[in-house]
Amino acid sequence: MLATVLTALCEGFLRTLELFALTLLGALPFGLVIVFGSMSRFKPLSLFTRFIVWVVRGTPLMLQLLIIYYGPGLLFGVQLWGGGTAGRYTAALTAFIFNYACYFSEIYRGGIEAIPKGQTEAGQVLGMSRSQIFFRVTLLQVIKRILPPISNEVITLVKDTSLARVILVYEIIWEGQSFIRSDGLIWPLFCTGLFYLVFTGILTLLFSRLERRLNYFRV
Amino acid sequence: MAVLEVRKLQKSFGKTSVLEDVSFSLSKGQCLAIIGSSGSGKTTLLRCLNFLERADGGQILLGGETLFDAAAPKPDPEREIRKKRLHFGLVFQNFNLFPQYTALENVTLARRLAAKERGEGKQAFPRIEEKGKRLLTQVGLAHRMDSYPHQLSGGQQQRVAIARALAGEPDILCFDEPTSALDPELTGEVLKVIRSLRARETTMIIVTHEIRFARDVADYVILMDEGRIVEEGPPSQVIDAPQAERTRRFLERYSE
Repeated sequence: MLATVLTALCEGFLRTLELFALTLLGALPFGLVIVFGSMSRFKPLSLFTRFIVWVVRGTPLMLQLLIIYYGPGLLFGVQLWGGGTAGRYTAALTAFIFNYACYFSEIYRGGIEAIPKGQTEAGQVLGMSRSQIFFRVTLLQVIKRILPPISNEVITLVKDTSLARVILVYEIIWEGQSFIRSDGLIWPLFCTGLFYLVFTGILTLLFSRLERRLNYFRV
Repeated sequence: MAVLEVRKLQKSFGKTSVLEDVSFSLSKGQCLAIIGSSGSGKTTLLRCLNFLERADGGQILLGGETLFDAAAPKPDPEREIRKKRLHFGLVFQNFNLFPQYTALENVTLARRLAAKERGEGKQAFPRIEEKGKRLLTQVGLAHRMDSYPHQLSGGQQQRVAIARALAGEPDILCFDEPTSALDPELTGEVLKVIRSLRARETTMIIVTHEIRFARDVADYVILMDEGRIVEEGPPSQVIDAPQAERTRRFLERYSE
């Protein structure tokens, strides 16, 4: 019994971990693309991007998962995601990346706008180019500013992965819960709780270490 | 021979006119002080000289050659503007040091990047570093080269900013109210550094509220009001024997 439970939990754990890692890998850079849109000087583009961000941040992630998975098929008759487990997984990943990229983009925007204009101007009068100013002056200050809100968001993502179950992606809670139905066991669920605690614990340590590394200067 | 000549500079933000027909010239080694109340256009004038703002009208000539002409058919590309900016140095009111770099790194960063861009690579770095150290020593900060900005007092930060501006060897060094953000007891050390630059015949334009300092250090004084030059001349004339009513009122308010 124990072996069956642990195997199932392990599978769920790996799926959750993978979903988490791939979402971050996609959403962190994609958020950068979105922030270039929302901060664009070309008004229509920035208005459009901000509208999308508003929609994504203003609706539940669970709703977005359902719409992204079922939407294409029911609205347009297109089987965008393919059938079976792999299709559902891709749909879930897409929804997560899009949702988190929007949140990240707003964090980036806050970080970039918080840097005083004087930093850029000081670089300019010293003859530095726009890209030199961005990479050598602004970027590290932005990173230092956004690290705390990013760490919050990342920890929320760990827990949000459990939402993937609404389109039948068998993440860890799903696996744990299955033993309630089949064998009346509650402890597998406790195990999943433990997994989340350890996982977020490690992330918290990691982020506070990163923040400490940037403590040598103040912004 | 005038090193800098500004002709009929004009600038407005929307409907508000900030500079109206501002013209003056500056000889090599001279020090020009620009005084006037807040909102009189002094800072905008400096920002136009440093290409942080683009003037709507007028010309800027450097050593007899046109550096900027508002009537030019199209604005200069970024590359050109970057080169032109190097003729001027600017020391800001609130220092604007780069917080993640030490004092020395602040002074050398732009020069190192420029050397890299020119393809001189790393062999130029020791020379740049040497010069950075010399400049920091010159402003009295030999002992604080490895300090980060937040570890320095306001006066020290401003002196680093001066060294940083000097590192580019500008033809003209501009100061935008260099002591306004400082506690009164810290202004002295910054003014002292500016005086020492004066002694080395650095060509300077100083926007300031420190009337007494302007009188001591400047060869020529301009008083601006509402975007215009109201009065100009040597300090003995503008500050000690002002002609315009506007100048008298301004001096009364700031002289104490």
